[in-house]
Amino acid sequence: MIADNSLQAVSRRTLLTGGLAAGFVLAFHLPLRAAVNEPEQPKDATDGKFAPNAFIRIDETGRTVLIMPQVEMGQGIYTSISMILAEELDADWAEVAVLHAPPNDQFYANPVFGLQATGGSTSIRAWWEPLRAAGASARAMLVQAAAAQWQVEPASCTTSKGEVMHTASGRSLSYGALALAAVEQSPPKDVPLKDPKDFVYIGQPLKRLDTPDKVNGKAVYGIDAILPGMKFATVAACPVFGGKVGKVDDSAAVKVAGVRKVVVLDDMVAVIGDHMWAAKKGLEALKIEWNKGPHAELTTRDIWQDLRAASEKDGVVAKSVGDIATGLASGDKFEASFELPFLAHASMEPINATVHVRPDACEIWTGTQIMTRVQSEAAKAAGLPVDKVIINNHLLGGGFGRKLEPDMVIAAVKIAKQVDYPVKVVWTREEDIQHDVYRPIYRDQVTASLVDGKVAAWKYKVAGSAVIARWLPSAFEKGIDIDAVDAAVETPYDFPNFHVEYVRAEPPAVPTGFWRGVGPNNNVFAVECAMDELARKAGKDPVEFRRSMLTKSPRALAVLNLAAEKSGWGQPLPPRVGRGICVQP
Amino acid sequence: MHMAQTLTINGETKSFNAPPEMPLLWVLRDILGMTGTKFGCGIAQCGACTVHVDGKAVRSCVLPVSAVENRAVTTIEAVGDTPSGAKVQKAWLDLEVIQCGYCQSGQIMAAAALLAETSHPDDSDIDAAMAGNICRCGTYVRIREAIKQAANGRQS
Repeated sequence: MIADNSLQAVSRRTLLTGGLAAGFVLAFHLPLRAAVNEPEQPKDATDGKFAPNAFIRIDETGRTVLIMPQVEMGQGIYTSISMILAEELDADWAEVAVLHAPPNDQFYANPVFGLQATGGSTSIRAWWEPLRAAGASARAMLVQAAAAQWQVEPASCTTSKGEVMHTASGRSLSYGALALAAVEQSPPKDVPLKDPKDFVYIGQPLKRLDTPDKVNGKAVYGIDAILPGMKFATVAACPVFGGKVGKVDDSAAVKVAGVRKVVVLDDMVAVIGDHMWAAKKGLEALKIEWNKGPHAELTTRDIWQDLRAASEKDGVVAKSVGDIATGLASGDKFEASFELPFLAHASMEPINATVHVRPDACEIWTGTQIMTRVQSEAAKAAGLPVDKVIINNHLLGGGFGRKLEPDMVIAAVKIAKQVDYPVKVVWTREEDIQHDVYRPIYRDQVTASLVDGKVAAWKYKVAGSAVIARWLPSAFEKGIDIDAVDAAVETPYDFPNFHVEYVRAEPPAVPTGFWRGVGPNNNVFAVECAMDELARKAGKDPVEFRRSMLTKSPRALAVLNLAAEKSGWGQPLPPRVGRGICVQP
Repeated sequence: MHMAQTLTINGETKSFNAPPEMPLLWVLRDILGMTGTKFGCGIAQCGACTVHVDGKAVRSCVLPVSAVENRAVTTIEAVGDTPSGAKVQKAWLDLEVIQCGYCQSGQIMAAAALLAETSHPDDSDIDAAMAGNICRCGTYVRIREAIKQAANGRQS
C-alpha cells in the first residue's frame, strides 16, 4: 500500500521481500536529510535544551526526550523508535522519555507515504535509517562539545550510556552537563553509523516504555482527555449512507437532566450534556426523521450483484509472466471464486475527538494515525488556517486503519463550532460500528491448470475498492491499486504461467478504507484457499504440494517446513480439532 | 433528576450529583475524572469497564450508581494496593502482556478478582472469569500465562 515520492509504486510485500529495494531506499532518503539537518525546529519548547533535530531533546539534567514520528496503537513502536534513536545517540535508556510528535509533515512525514501517517507496517522500514542518522548526528555534537572543552580530538572520545569519555585522560562528562555547550555545535555531515555488532539496545528484549502506565490506569488515550469546562457529546448519524437529517424534534431531549444543547449537522445529530450519560439519554429522547437519500433501498444483495457483475469483466493487468492462455489450455482445469465481506475495525476505543473551537484557533485532543491530514481537514471544518489548528495526539486504543481517516475529527469540529466550551465527542459502540470506513468487499477469481501435480498456469483476478485511489491518489497509477493486488502479484510459488488482473469496483454508498493486514488479508486468504483446493485436486498433501513449488523462495520454504514440523503435520489429532497450513510471504 | 450521591471509591469518600440510574462508568470517567476505567460497549459485552464492588468484578457501564452506595468500589487506579492486583500488574509487565492496552484495565480487574477468590486457577477457572473481557489486539495467550504466573508467584 506504499508509494515513494517519485510515485513509483512499491508494495508492502515488496518492501518486505526486498524485490524493489532500490525504489524503497530512494523513497526514504529524500526526507531523511531534510528532517535531520534542517536547522528550523518544530514549535515545541526547546529553551534550555539541546535540540539537535526534530527527534531529540536533552536538558541539563540529562533527561532525554525522544519525539515519536509514528503513533503508538499497541504495536510497540514508541519503544522501537526510542531504541533506534538511543542506540546511535548512546543515550542512557533510564533517562529516555517519549513525546507524541506535533503535526508537521516537514519533520515527521513517514518517508514511505510522504505524509505523517502510521500504517501499512511501514514504521521501522521507513524510519530505521533516518532515526539512526538523527541519533548519530546528535551524539557527534555532544562529542564535539566535550572535545572542545577538553581540547582534545573528537575522535579520541567515546560514548556510552549518556556520557562522553576521554579514556586517555580519564575524563568524562554526562550528556546533561554537555547539553548547553552542544547547542553551539553544528551538526556534522555524513556521520558514520554504528556497526551492528556494536549495538547495545537494538536486538535486546528491552521492556516497553508504554506499558507501565497501562497497568494502573494512568495511560491517557484520546478518549481520556479532560479539559476545564468540558462537556460531553454523542451522535446519531444517518443510518443510510448518503442520507441527511430531515426533521428533528428535540422537545423531550432538551428536558433531560444534564442536556445542554442539541446540534443538528447535515448528516448527524449530536446531543451535548454534562456527561456521556446525559448525552446518551438526550439522544434517545430525540425524534429524528431522516431523508434517507438515494441509497434508502440498497441491500447487501444489490451490492454483491454489482461486484459479481464487475468482476466478470476483464481487469487491468497487474502482472503477467509466461503465456497464460497457452498455459490454461492444457492440463487439469481448476476454477474457484472467493468472496470476502465488509469488515468493521471495531477498535476497543470507540472513535472520538475532543475539540475546543475558540475565535482564533481550534484545539483538538484525539488519537489519530494521520496527524497532518487531521489538521488540514479540521482547519477546513473550522474555517481557520491550518496553522491555527492545534492537534494533541494520544495513545490509540487500537487503530487497525480506522484512524487513518479524519471523519470523526471533522464531525467533532463541526459540533464544537456550535458552542464556546470544549466538547468531547464519543461515538457509542453501535454508531462506531455502523459508521465505519469498512474493509472493502472483494471477489477473487482463480483459474489454474495442473500438470504433473503442479500448477502450470495461474490466473488471478481481484475485484474490489481502490482505497489507494482515494487515500493516496498519487500512488494510484494505470488503474492498479497496489494494495488491492498486494500479495497477489508476488506469491512465493513457481508458477510458470502467471497472470494477475485488477478490477476496480467501488460499492455503492458504503465507504471503504484500509484494514489491519491491508491487501494481503484478502489475497492471501484466496490464494491459499485455492492452493489447498488444488492440492486436493492433485491428490497431494497440502504441505508437500506447496513445498514442490517453493524452489525459488528458500525462506518461505524454510518457514513452511518449520511450521509443518512444529505443528506435528501428518500426525493424528483429537476429535473436533483441525489443522491447516498457509504460506504468506 | 440529579441527586447528591456519596460513594467509597478506592477507600476515599466521593460526593457528587448524578441521576441515580446513571452507570458507575460515567460517574468515574466524566464526573470524577478517573479515566483508567474504559468505555468499550456500554452494554456489558466487552469488559473494558470492569471494576470491583466489594472485591467482585462487575461491569460498571451497566451498574447504576445508586446500587453501589455503602459498598466499596475499587478501580484500576488502586487495584495495585490489593495483594492480587499487585501480583497481576507485575506479571502483566514481566510477560509484556499488553499491546494497545485499552482493554487491559478491565482484564487486570477481572484477573485480580479471580485470583482473590481462587488463588490457583486452572484453565477452566480462567476461561470462566475472563471470557467476558475482549481484547481486540488478541493478547489472550499472554493473559492466560500471566494469570498463572501471578498465581504461582514466579519471577521472570
